[in-house]
Amino acid sequence: MEKLLEEFSLGLFFWQTLLFVGLLLLLAKYAWKPILSAVEERENTIKDSLEAAEKAKADMEAVQADNKRILKEARVERDALLAEAKKTSTQIVNDAKEAAQAEADKIAAATQEAIQQEKNAAINDIKAQVAGLSVDIAQKVLQGELADQKKQEQLVEKLVNDIEIK
Amino acid sequence: MKRKSTILISAKKCVALLAILFASFAFANNKEDANGGDLKTEIKEYIAHHLLDSYDFSLFSYTNEAGEHVYVGAPLPIILWDNGLKVFSSSKFHHGETVAAVDGNYYALYHNKIYKTDAEGTINLDETNHPTNLKPLDLSITKSVVSMILVFALMFFLFKSLADSYAKNGGVAAGVGRFFEPIVLYVRDDIARPNIGEKKYKKYMSFLLTVFFFIWFLNILGLTPLGVNVTGNIAVTFGLALLTFLITNLTGTKDYWLHIFDPLGSSMAWYAKVPLYIILIPIEVLGVFIKPFSLLIRLYANMQAGHIVLMSLIGLMFIFKSWLGSPLSFGLAFAISLIEVLVALLQAYIFTMLSALYFGFAAEEHEHH
Repeated sequence: MEKLLEEFSLGLFFWQTLLFVGLLLLLAKYAWKPILSAVEERENTIKDSLEAAEKAKADMEAVQADNKRILKEARVERDALLAEAKKTSTQIVNDAKEAAQAEADKIAAATQEAIQQEKNAAINDIKAQVAGLSVDIAQKVLQGELADQKKQEQLVEKLVNDIEIK
Repeated sequence: MKRKSTILISAKKCVALLAILFASFAFANNKEDANGGDLKTEIKEYIAHHLLDSYDFSLFSYTNEAGEHVYVGAPLPIILWDNGLKVFSSSKFHHGETVAAVDGNYYALYHNKIYKTDAEGTINLDETNHPTNLKPLDLSITKSVVSMILVFALMFFLFKSLADSYAKNGGVAAGVGRFFEPIVLYVRDDIARPNIGEKKYKKYMSFLLTVFFFIWFLNILGLTPLGVNVTGNIAVTFGLALLTFLITNLTGTKDYWLHIFDPLGSSMAWYAKVPLYIILIPIEVLGVFIKPFSLLIRLYANMQAGHIVLMSLIGLMFIFKSWLGSPLSFGLAFAISLIEVLVALLQAYIFTMLSALYFGFAAEEHEHH
């Protein structure tokens, strides 16, 4: 220890401290700060670039996935549309058929009714005419055949009532 | 059978080698006795001299045919404060052999220190063999200071050019500084960040980087034939450790001081803490000083020891003076210098690492529990 203290040189200590602190300040200003900031900048650039590349990759994957999804959706939609169209067309055809059937039935029914009416009218007409004719015929027959008025009328009435018209 | 015999032969060879080695030791010892035994002392003195700082930048010295010591190197300026600034060349001392006369004052070198003496250069010693002469304030530019100025210039040039190359080269290092960029990053990512923490490491970076390269370069410079031993000098390591100490304690957070003066916190009642703290607080306070002190001793001792071992092995070559011993110690010296290259880096790393660790303690802010 004593030897160490004896060896200690104040002058050397003074110069060492002066030189070292001087060097420290000079290098800090002119070397370490620029070096460290340059290196840091470079590292940040590399990191950012890597991140950007990673992001671009992820973005592209997302876009591709999107495309696939959209394509799939479009396909599904198309299928749905086609099915809908098919259904609608069938519906329309069926509706048309039903409507036509109904119309036809209606027309048929109306026709039948008209025919019935015509028929009834014709029958009534025929009945009236047949009645008139029959009366005429009977009058003429009976006029010729029958003298007694009373007996003639009874007979005619009986005859008319006996006629059943269908 | 054949293998057995080869093993036998190699064992025999080993024994023979050892025998020769011992013989050469014995031989060397004999020769030393014949030479008067001062070679060992001379080597010892040479090593001791090398480990110390020097007032001139001598590269090597030899004794010429006329028996004079010839020094090859350059004198350095001596700067003294002794009732006024005295600046003169160290050549006036003639390597401690003469007294330097400056403005009517006389100065002499004694054990590598400058003392004020009379015209004859008398050094008065007390009972414990310490000079009683006055010691002027010595701010000389010594060999170590020159080495540090060299490293100063080298580092400034290297790292300035590295910094500039980023701007010129589009954010990529170029030129000689490029070699040091990974090391700068290593200091940042493996020393500063893990020890100090992501939030605060930036403000310590300048010190850590400077101290790391400063120590490393000086260590390496110490391994060159220039023969400087800067980081093995207690004043230098003291200066470095003092800065670590100052930075640690000046940037200490509230938590850092709380940890020293109230290490147990609220985990215990105050009356239970009092008897513990009588012991704990002095230990913690002592720790504040011991931490940087260990830094200065570790670096000093490692570099000092490395130089001693290396130079002793080189010295052994001259003691052996035989065909076997000298190459052997040369080989050893070579191996040790390779290890010293590693140690040079390792010690710089350890100093920086531990400084970062201490800064980490100072900067820590933990959640209060």
